[in-house]
Amino acid sequence: MDLPVVILGATVREIQAHQITEAVSRLCQEANFDLPPDVLDSLTHAQNIEVSLEAKDALGQLLENARIAREERLPLCQDCGYTIIFLEMGQDCHVIGGDLYSAVQEGVRRGYDEGYLRKSIVNPPIFQRSNTGDNTPAAIHTEIVPGDRLRIVVMPKGGGSENMSVLAMLTPAQGIKGVVETVAAAVDRAGSNPCPPVIVGVGIGGTADYAMYLAKKALLRPVGQPNADLQIAGLEKEVLERVNGLGIGSQGYGGTVTALAVHVETYPAHMASLPVAVSIQCHSARHKEAEL
Amino acid sequence: MNIHLTPPLDDKTIEHLRSGDRVSITGVIYTARDAAHKRLVEALESGGPLPIPLEGQIIYYMGPSPARPGRPIGSAGPTTSGRMDSYAPTLLARGLKGMIGKGNRSQLVRDAIKRHRAVYLAATGGAGALIARTIKKAEVVAYEDLGAEAIRRLEVEDFPAVVINDIYGGDLYEEGKAKYARR
Repeated sequence: MDLPVVILGATVREIQAHQITEAVSRLCQEANFDLPPDVLDSLTHAQNIEVSLEAKDALGQLLENARIAREERLPLCQDCGYTIIFLEMGQDCHVIGGDLYSAVQEGVRRGYDEGYLRKSIVNPPIFQRSNTGDNTPAAIHTEIVPGDRLRIVVMPKGGGSENMSVLAMLTPAQGIKGVVETVAAAVDRAGSNPCPPVIVGVGIGGTADYAMYLAKKALLRPVGQPNADLQIAGLEKEVLERVNGLGIGSQGYGGTVTALAVHVETYPAHMASLPVAVSIQCHSARHKEAEL
Repeated sequence: MNIHLTPPLDDKTIEHLRSGDRVSITGVIYTARDAAHKRLVEALESGGPLPIPLEGQIIYYMGPSPARPGRPIGSAGPTTSGRMDSYAPTLLARGLKGMIGKGNRSQLVRDAIKRHRAVYLAATGGAGALIARTIKKAEVVAYEDLGAEAIRRLEVEDFPAVVINDIYGGDLYEEGKAKYARR
């Protein structure tokens, strides 16, 4: 028996680059046409419990919009987003026939073209700001994980909500109160801009950059699913109550549901630091995933 | 109650509008976002001609997704208005009567709305597929090189919007929030 071959054959799985391109293209389109069921359920629930008639009416429009988008394959929102892509790459997975990131970018290019999606990316970001014409480049976050699969999550995120992001480097003394105040202030300041009802992603701990990444990742959790850690789940609940007490409501017309959910993710922090990052997701919480 | 608006708007029509009123617009409106506003205001400042009329008109802060074949437009909901705040007073001074977008306006814009007798309306943010149904025709009339940000002339029918800021200082965002805030 030829030992090296056995080791390779037993542990490495091959994925063709074109499979990745095709998956990303399809996910870009599906995400923009088809709001996930958990988001739809959450909006329906909000419509049932909302007290303000104006906000209730707006929620009804959003549900109707989702139906039209799905049936007519029209983008849920004309802002088809910055394409944010999370890759979880099994360490025993090997891409052949091209390189991983080029395959992903080609998928974005193809998906936005075929789906009649709006191309919103400009480069350079300052000076000329010319549209790149195909919505590339996507922002890609990659994690290497055990296994031989490649998980791809596509999250198109609109500029209006992304512009409301906040990072605060609190002192440890500011503690829980500081965290709650920081998140509430971010949502309050955002007001009607990020298209409420919003989902609030909060990253606590790590470094400045890592907290921001956690906040973004927190948005991928099914809407309203609490953190598995009970203490953190309690904090999520406290912040949600605080945020919904602001009175902003759907579309900012006033109401009792400003946020559908608050999702908190944490990571150990430096003993001198308490980073808090807030990523606000509009009600059009688009994301689709596939595993190759 | 639903108030029907048909641009061009005159002062008398504007005087009837109050924050919180629902309106539906039928007729011609123009789209412009950040880049188009920059060019419009630069054109005004250099004394050049404008590619669209402003007197009595409504500008919709919107950049659509591409139209599928046989359709007038793609998804077509409002963008965040605040980014147009630095340009809006200049256009209001030249006769612009209405702005449609989403999100709150600066004090300068709210003051200009009162001074020049205009109105700020919101369309439902994130309802671009629904709103597209009220747009019967779309045509790029200026700055084609800006793509989604080009100025479009839209023919709309019963386009739904809500009055946010009126000439009396009313502000639906502030009023709505005050009504439901828990202290």
